Amino acid sequence: MTFFHDLQKVLRQNIREYGMYIALFVIMAIFTVLTNGVFLSARNMSNLINQTGYIAVLAVGMTLVIVIRQIDLSVGFLAGFLGAIAAIAMVQWLWPVAVVIPFVLLLGVIAGLISAFLIAYFGIPSFVATLAGWLIYRGLLLQVTAGTGTIIIPDAIFNAIGNGYVPDLPIPGLDFIVGHKLTLLLGAIGIIAYIFGEINGRRKKQAYGFEVLPPAIFVLKLVFIAAVLALVTWVLAGYNGLSWTALIVLVVVGIYSFITTRTVLGRHIFAVGGNPEAAELSGISVKRITYIVFGSMGLMSALSAILFTSRLQSATTTAGTLFELDAIAAAYVGGVSAAGGVGSVFGSLIGALVMGSLVSGMNLMGVDISMQYVARGLVLAAAVIFDATTRRRGG
Amino acid sequence: MGTPILEMKSITKTFPGVKALDNVTFSVATDEIHCLVGENGAGKSTLMKVLSGVYPHGTYEGDILFEGQVQQYRGIADSEKAGIAIIYQELALIPEMTVYENIFLGHEIKRGFLVDWNETIRRADEMLKKVKLSVNPAAKVKDLGVGKQQLIEIAKALSKNVKLLILDEPTAALNEDDSDNLLSLLRDLKHQGVTSIMISHKLKEVISIADTVTVLRDGQTVCTLDAHKGEVSEPVLIKYMVGREIENIYPKRDHKRSDEVALEVRTGMRIARPLGDVLKDVSFNVKKGEIVGFAGLMGSGRTELALSIFGNPTGFQVHGDLLINGEEKHFARPEQAIDAGLAYVTEDRKAKGLILIQDVKENITLANLQEIARRGVVDGNAEVKVANEYRVNLNIKTPSVEQKVGNLSGGNQQKVSLGKWLFVKPDVLILDEPTRGIDVGAKFEIYTLMNGLVQQGMSIIMISSELPEVLGMSDRVYVVSAGRITGELPIEEATQEKIMHLATS
Repeated sequence: MTFFHDLQKVLRQNIREYGMYIALFVIMAIFTVLTNGVFLSARNMSNLINQTGYIAVLAVGMTLVIVIRQIDLSVGFLAGFLGAIAAIAMVQWLWPVAVVIPFVLLLGVIAGLISAFLIAYFGIPSFVATLAGWLIYRGLLLQVTAGTGTIIIPDAIFNAIGNGYVPDLPIPGLDFIVGHKLTLLLGAIGIIAYIFGEINGRRKKQAYGFEVLPPAIFVLKLVFIAAVLALVTWVLAGYNGLSWTALIVLVVVGIYSFITTRTVLGRHIFAVGGNPEAAELSGISVKRITYIVFGSMGLMSALSAILFTSRLQSATTTAGTLFELDAIAAAYVGGVSAAGGVGSVFGSLIGALVMGSLVSGMNLMGVDISMQYVARGLVLAAAVIFDATTRRRGG
Repeated sequence: MGTPILEMKSITKTFPGVKALDNVTFSVATDEIHCLVGENGAGKSTLMKVLSGVYPHGTYEGDILFEGQVQQYRGIADSEKAGIAIIYQELALIPEMTVYENIFLGHEIKRGFLVDWNETIRRADEMLKKVKLSVNPAAKVKDLGVGKQQLIEIAKALSKNVKLLILDEPTAALNEDDSDNLLSLLRDLKHQGVTSIMISHKLKEVISIADTVTVLRDGQTVCTLDAHKGEVSEPVLIKYMVGREIENIYPKRDHKRSDEVALEVRTGMRIARPLGDVLKDVSFNVKKGEIVGFAGLMGSGRTELALSIFGNPTGFQVHGDLLINGEEKHFARPEQAIDAGLAYVTEDRKAKGLILIQDVKENITLANLQEIARRGVVDGNAEVKVANEYRVNLNIKTPSVEQKVGNLSGGNQQKVSLGKWLFVKPDVLILDEPTRGIDVGAKFEIYTLMNGLVQQGMSIIMISSELPEVLGMSDRVYVVSAGRITGELPIEEATQEKIMHLATS
């Protein structure tokens, strides 16, 4: 059968690209079986997404940082500290939410630019510069919460970001549709856009005489991905629909994907990661890119702070502990290369979902926390081994 | 010819999709210097990797006989034990370690569990004498020049009691003096019973040193020539390497003179580093449609001069006036220089020119993405179109423009690098060692391209350490020596002797 022969060939050639999706799929399938379907329940899926959200946005920012051959260890406690600032601004200074959120995002960008200044201007290795940030923000977090301990946030709008759902469309006469109509609508739009995008891309490639997937495989891929999207949509719509967190993460990933793959700025970032000296001689300022990437990392830290603080509905003295390592792990599972110049924002999102699914699934099964860490470590190691071996073979 | 020390019989090595070596037979006599020549991609390096065990026994077909015994190396350690040492083009020394540590790295002299440093230093001294290098064994390798580092590599090989020494383009990065020095050392070693295999693109060198020459082409042995029977000459070698005759490697061009100055540096430009001046009193000009050669020894400051003009990415202090098309310019960064119509093709395409993990099209468009972008968004179709134009015009041999540049041969990488800078559509193109490490065929193509460019009115500054290239291609020659321009020669007056005299003055 040529179909199976083609399928085998395509899988082998694109094993790196498809590997993550297959891994996510396998992990989800295993947990669904082991928990008698509870894992794939609407409620659990919804929770999984909300819990992964604040790591996913960090992983997105971290992807670019690792792509330009740097690292940022400060993001966890920076997020914790900014969360505390947000809480204090609302509870003690009585600022409105509409002011607090942009204020915190701005602080995040400034913090990122300070890291970038140490790295680009003084030439301090990013590991050291951001380790200093790790200590400083941890200290500041303890300092600002010293008097109060945990700060409870009473603001309903703010708390909805991490816990609430996008309200449904009030369309009369459509009550026969079971579930969250807006979510179903967005899901349908997403699926259609995906299919059109793929067909369009294929046509263009054919016009240039590039190799494309064999027709049968192409259809299979479309059907498979559309089915996964439909399943997720259907599961979410059956509960409360799309959460605000999910919406925010989707928008962030969408914007970052666009910037990294389609724009001049994205090209410049990957050029700096691929060969900084060549980039510099090509008229790309490595310093400028460093500022932009770390500024974006700060912005994502602030966003993570908002998502996490809102989810807990409070700021705590230990908020943000180990977020940076979770984000780094997610990025590596998602196929980012430590050597620089290779990685994708979408891959890192998948990486975050893989790690999040592990935690969620093992929690459902009642696996002890100690063994959860071991399992996550093993998956991280396996993902990087897989990446390294397929990279070598791919040449 | 004596008895063979090495015989490689019917070696075939296949990579996925490519037959790199096809039934190659290669035989080296005891106590000779055997040169291995061929175009890039002909299989020279692959053959040496098979020999040294980089590709272990079982991954290739055919037999290796060393000193009459069939060998089955599982790795480099095995071939080293047998007495084969290979010195790669990219030196494998550790810059932060001392000379003696480097020489005995991996086979330290031990007393019990500990390294015997006194004995190590004594033996290192002995090895250094053998290669006629007078440096302090306690000096750090990073403080020595490339020529001395090359000799230390040889000392390291000698310390392992090498019988067969393989050198992969040992003089590619060396100046004339260091090259001569190295070649005479190889002759000495021959008399001391060390057989050498040398891979080289420099045919003059091959002719001067080889006892025997083997030519490879497209993974096959073309012929083995005996130098002592007068079978070896430059045209003969080129013919066998390329498979056709190239009449004149430097294609003819009218030396037409224009008075319009495209680029001028005047009032004695000075380029300084915190530790002292790199260049002083530099004044020169380049006319429209002219190829100006910058000759000189390596390290004389030519690359620094080019970088200083090109927006100074290395952060020197630059004092002096730069005029482009009559307008005074001060560039703080390369992008300003690019905007003003300059382009700089680096001497080191792998480290500073190309992004090896990205594909051909991404490399070609990198320096001028604005051209194919609208409001900051890259037009993928336009990019493919542009890249394909350069692929065709420059005859870049690649399956598609989506091929990673790291997978291309040296000559094709250099063409991609050229394409990238032609795409910025410069008025003045600075080429730093444009044909380093690439084969005769690709060289000829690049020279032809340069001729076409100046005929269209572009000006070219060509920095080159190869005198025949300078003489063959330039309209005018500046000679740089130790941070100064020591002479200017119109091409009619330039000779190798005059240039060497100025370059060493």
